[in-house]
Amino acid sequence: MRVAAAYPGTPSTEILESLVGYPEVTAEWAPNEKVALDVAIGAAYAGVRAMAVMKHVGVNVAADSLFYASMTGMEAGLVVVSADDPEMHSSQNEQDNRRYCKFARIPCLEPSDSQEAKDLVGLALELSEEFDTPVMLRPTTRIAHSSTVVELGERAPERDVPGPYHIDPAKYVMVPGNARRRHPIIEERMGRIARRAEELPCNRVEWRDRALGIVTCGVAYQYAREVFPQASILRLGMTYPIPAGLVRRFAEGVRRLVVLEELDPFLEEEIRLLGLEVEGKAIFPRCGELNPAIVRERAIEAGLLPEGARLPQASLSLPPLPPRPPILCPGCPHRAVFHVLRKLKLVVNGDIGCYTLAFQPPQSALHTCGCMGASIGVAHGVARAGLAQKNVAVIGDSTFFHSGIPALLNVAYNRGTAATIILDNGTTAMTGHQDHPGTGRTLRGEKTVRVEPEAVARSLGIERVYTVDSYDLQAVEQAVRQAIDGDGPAVVVARRACALLPEARKTWHALAVDAQRCNGCGLCLQIGCPALMRSELKAASGRALVRIDPLMCTGCETCAQVCNRGAIGTK
Amino acid sequence: MTKLDFLLVGVGGQGTLLASDVLADTGLRAGYDVKKSEVHGMAQRGGSVTSHVRWAEHVYSPLIGRGEVDLMLAFEKLEAVRFAGFLRPGGVAVVNDQAILPVSVSAGTDVYPDDGEVRRVLGAVAGRVHMVAGLAIAERLGNARASNVVLLGALSRLVDVPAELWLESIAQRVPPPTLEVNRAAFMAGREAIGAIPTA
Repeated sequence: MRVAAAYPGTPSTEILESLVGYPEVTAEWAPNEKVALDVAIGAAYAGVRAMAVMKHVGVNVAADSLFYASMTGMEAGLVVVSADDPEMHSSQNEQDNRRYCKFARIPCLEPSDSQEAKDLVGLALELSEEFDTPVMLRPTTRIAHSSTVVELGERAPERDVPGPYHIDPAKYVMVPGNARRRHPIIEERMGRIARRAEELPCNRVEWRDRALGIVTCGVAYQYAREVFPQASILRLGMTYPIPAGLVRRFAEGVRRLVVLEELDPFLEEEIRLLGLEVEGKAIFPRCGELNPAIVRERAIEAGLLPEGARLPQASLSLPPLPPRPPILCPGCPHRAVFHVLRKLKLVVNGDIGCYTLAFQPPQSALHTCGCMGASIGVAHGVARAGLAQKNVAVIGDSTFFHSGIPALLNVAYNRGTAATIILDNGTTAMTGHQDHPGTGRTLRGEKTVRVEPEAVARSLGIERVYTVDSYDLQAVEQAVRQAIDGDGPAVVVARRACALLPEARKTWHALAVDAQRCNGCGLCLQIGCPALMRSELKAASGRALVRIDPLMCTGCETCAQVCNRGAIGTK
Repeated sequence: MTKLDFLLVGVGGQGTLLASDVLADTGLRAGYDVKKSEVHGMAQRGGSVTSHVRWAEHVYSPLIGRGEVDLMLAFEKLEAVRFAGFLRPGGVAVVNDQAILPVSVSAGTDVYPDDGEVRRVLGAVAGRVHMVAGLAIAERLGNARASNVVLLGALSRLVDVPAELWLESIAQRVPPPTLEVNRAAFMAGREAIGAIPTA
């Protein structure tokens, strides 16, 4: 592997962060997944092995490129890692990207543990080169966020960089005439891959009791082994295309054939297309992650396991418990901006990032969030509806560079009236502080050009661009008012580093509440900072005073600015 | 070789994931097959964090089913209650005597369960509940952040693996400047559980 590119996204982010430790691999953050995939395709066109890494919804962004790469093939191996997120631990949907493999006509490999997550990369590269196709490697969150024992093999000897560049327009220029000639080649390729699937060691039958045969893949294989220790199992490491002969032989060898897979009935449908009788989603859920307890329960209900297989459970009556959702951290610079947006009673079209969490009380100041980069286009459409209320788009710096720029260009071009607020905290915070084009550093930590959102906005044709410190409530309010009251497109860049960045941590200091001045009005609690809470002390009115947890407070002073009585300050 | 299924629960920022790394590593050193799985969504942002660690001769599922946990290590009391149903009947809970108030409690719209309620819920499932003053002990040693290792020390008394193996894992995982305080925290945790009568 020589070139790898990615945009961060849970649960895929750590892959590039690990690869960067290998100096022989050029590993880069791209502004978005489509660019990352184009970069990997280009490297593979030039004859070196390459990888593009993204979360499942990133493949939606990169889909256009996935389809042409399937049509052209490459000169060297190309792996597309799609880290799917059943249960939506950190995503807006739980799409099953095996569908993309059938759709784009490429093979799909699914690891069942950490060892296979490593080993299948090698197989993916080999298959990619043998069949001249991109190969998708599809781990899920439960694979990506689990650790299991891995034995490292011999490192493959490094290949020389080939050359010169192989020019072959009939294969690589997808104009209609060339594309029409390529399509039958792609379909014939899928047939050959399906035949190869019959003999791949990652597709294997484990014969045990023949009463029940389970076809399974990915982490579900582990659940099958745990819950049905006696059952025969067909484990598929390649889930598209499926090995029809192997499946038929397995089906003939067992009395009841069941598919255990997370999310869509993908294998189930493929097996049914072979004309075989099979059960799957009639027994196991289609939504969310599986786990051994769910599998066991459903298996007992469906008669796959006896009633006696049920594990003893304590009867437990839980009191109603306060939820503990993820929230904006103490010192988060977004908090102050959302306090202003709520005060101004604006409709807020939001985007993907930490700031999405401001939809929750007490901020309750973000009203839409769909996918990366949607905020600005949606806000423009809302404004075009002609309602009396004003609305703004809110988008983070990394998300702006990802896919906000074309939408802002649209606002400038069509003279839109919804202002865009760019929350610039100088990092990709949600996924764990990755660099991006606005930080001035690369994935390797090397210095590079630093792109300012203000300059981008001006260059797109936005004349009114305001920059404010996110921690300065008055300045934020003034800038937002100017942006929404003026004529034509406007951008507010609210800038302040994420409070968790190492540089910002150095300035942390705890504030305290002056018990003489606090009257317990609770205004400061409306900003929703976890460092603020009611104390045991009471004001003359009988209301509990507020106190500040010194271990959590970062000294951002958002609460101090909200307080009418000057009761909050440095100790 | 008997299997051991551990559930670690806490609040983002408490060191739950570091503790699960140490626990997984210790199991490997003791000769077990080990799988570890984190359910941390957005851990830095003050949400609930859970981690499954399984030791056995051969581990299949990285996740432990509800009602199948042998040992629960809870770094925060409300989270101990929230995940009590994961314990198998007769399982053991080691609970840090620390409350971190969710925002809805700080704002006065929700109520945090009192200690009696915590003990009632855990007692209904667990064979034993050990409350450990992890934060107080760590503060006494001069580093509040070491409370996760105090809890690991307490847990280590319930598992038949020599202390040296735990300490080797800790040495591998904690930042070198904090090694001494973490070592002291681990040993203090071992003493703490011995000194506390089982509930």
